[in-house]
Amino acid sequence: MSHLTAFQTFLLLNILKIAVVLVITLTAVAYTVLLERKVLGHIQNRWGPSRVGPFGLLQPLADGIKLFLKEDLTPLAAQGPLFILAPIIALGCSLVSIAVVPFGAFHAVTLNGVSVDLFNVANVNIGLLVILGITSIGVYGIALSGWSSNNKFALLGSLRASSQMVSYELALGLSLVGVVLRAQSLSLRDIVNSQAAHGILSWNVFGGLQFVGFFIYLIAAYAETNRCPFDLPEAESELVAGYHTEYSSMKFAMFFMAEYANMITVSCVATLLFFGGPASPLGHLLPDNFGGPVLSAIFPILWFVAKVFSFLLLYIWVRGTLPRFRYDQLMAFGWKVLLPVAMVNIIVTSLVLALRG
Amino acid sequence: MQLVLFVIFGLLAVVAALNLLLQRHPINSALSLVVVMMSLAVLYWSLGAEFLAAAQVIVYSGAIMVLFVFTIMLLNAGEEEPTTGSRAASIVGFPGAAAIFCLLSFVFLSERKALGATTLGGELNTAGSNLAAISSLLFTKLLLPFEVTSVLILVAILGAVVLARKEQ
Repeated sequence: MSHLTAFQTFLLLNILKIAVVLVITLTAVAYTVLLERKVLGHIQNRWGPSRVGPFGLLQPLADGIKLFLKEDLTPLAAQGPLFILAPIIALGCSLVSIAVVPFGAFHAVTLNGVSVDLFNVANVNIGLLVILGITSIGVYGIALSGWSSNNKFALLGSLRASSQMVSYELALGLSLVGVVLRAQSLSLRDIVNSQAAHGILSWNVFGGLQFVGFFIYLIAAYAETNRCPFDLPEAESELVAGYHTEYSSMKFAMFFMAEYANMITVSCVATLLFFGGPASPLGHLLPDNFGGPVLSAIFPILWFVAKVFSFLLLYIWVRGTLPRFRYDQLMAFGWKVLLPVAMVNIIVTSLVLALRG
Repeated sequence: MQLVLFVIFGLLAVVAALNLLLQRHPINSALSLVVVMMSLAVLYWSLGAEFLAAAQVIVYSGAIMVLFVFTIMLLNAGEEEPTTGSRAASIVGFPGAAAIFCLLSFVFLSERKALGATTLGGELNTAGSNLAAISSLLFTKLLLPFEVTSVLILVAILGAVVLARKEQ
């Protein structure tokens, strides 16, 4: 290793981290789809996919091969470059934001004079704003896909999706301000550390009394990812398949992967901001080096994965049980209920913090 | 590192700005403007102004340009038709632009001391947060301009509501 310069080491280590996190995320995306089909199946009193591999565990592989081998159709009237660019923007934006998520306890590894945080691709000190910014860029993928398809269903779907995402972004952003006020930082690592003192009691959703913010975030995030009960952009009874009506083969698969990657990112953010991230719910009841150096580095990751997994299960549960909103109800709910409540939450939080401090 | 980023994204911003002018379809022009704003955000970031970079992405390319694209999509604006253009623009245009460029660069170069030299942001991972500095500045020294700007935006919103309201 010694013949590499510090910059080369830094570059290599980071590319390695990015590759590992990307592979894990894409695998998680594939298996979230399987999880959804299985859980929805059991909710509806049937088995779900069970033929490919044991318990249907190889189903994502079969789906992937099927989508890859399908014919890639481009409508004659489509706007060429934008039609191809749209799914790339959607998938790219949904995968980039995972880079700022710290998924384990801080664990610096020094190699060749370069210190790298092992369980976080990029520890940016405005991590939360980066996630919000990337989400707002992701709107372009959906807006352009509908417009460039030159299809009225696709255009209506994408108009619905982008106006819904722009409207709910406000409530989403404002619901996070309470957490930022408590942590006094936009760095996701600092926000996690601010909740680490007494285990479950100091998590923002319980001890931090940010449960109002949490529920606003949860509802706005469901709308932001275009998931049930706010999946109007893909309302199949009205709009065929919404913005991806004209997409086939891998381009469709990219939209599909983007939706599930967004679900995972949103679950990660909910975990980090309101449920202590990789911090254990037991706090310091167990000694910090419990189980030796390797196990004590792995436990936070397990906690993080367990919390994200329960948010994904909640997503699927909601999809299995709730009916779809009507479009005017959705808009009225976002602007007239969620936004004012989020503002009240900010005012109350800052008043309490000001009186206490 | 900072110089490399500046060269790449400065070039990208200039190329996208030229593309904005040369494209015939409004949606391509709007998307080029998004690229310009994103490259400006990267330049801000490389100078150590992370908050400004994030605000640029969220406000300009995330909110305002989405509305632009939205309007173009809704109006279904087609390709613009080339006209001969006004004679005044073709005569005065290039010298005028060159004069403004010269004037601006003269002011920037002669007032460089007063404007303050930009300092390198250092390693992105280790740069300290300038969020607290910005917010305390905004709410103490710059409070009046800050509030006046918000009132200005409020006036614009009220104007839009008045224009959009149906006649009784």
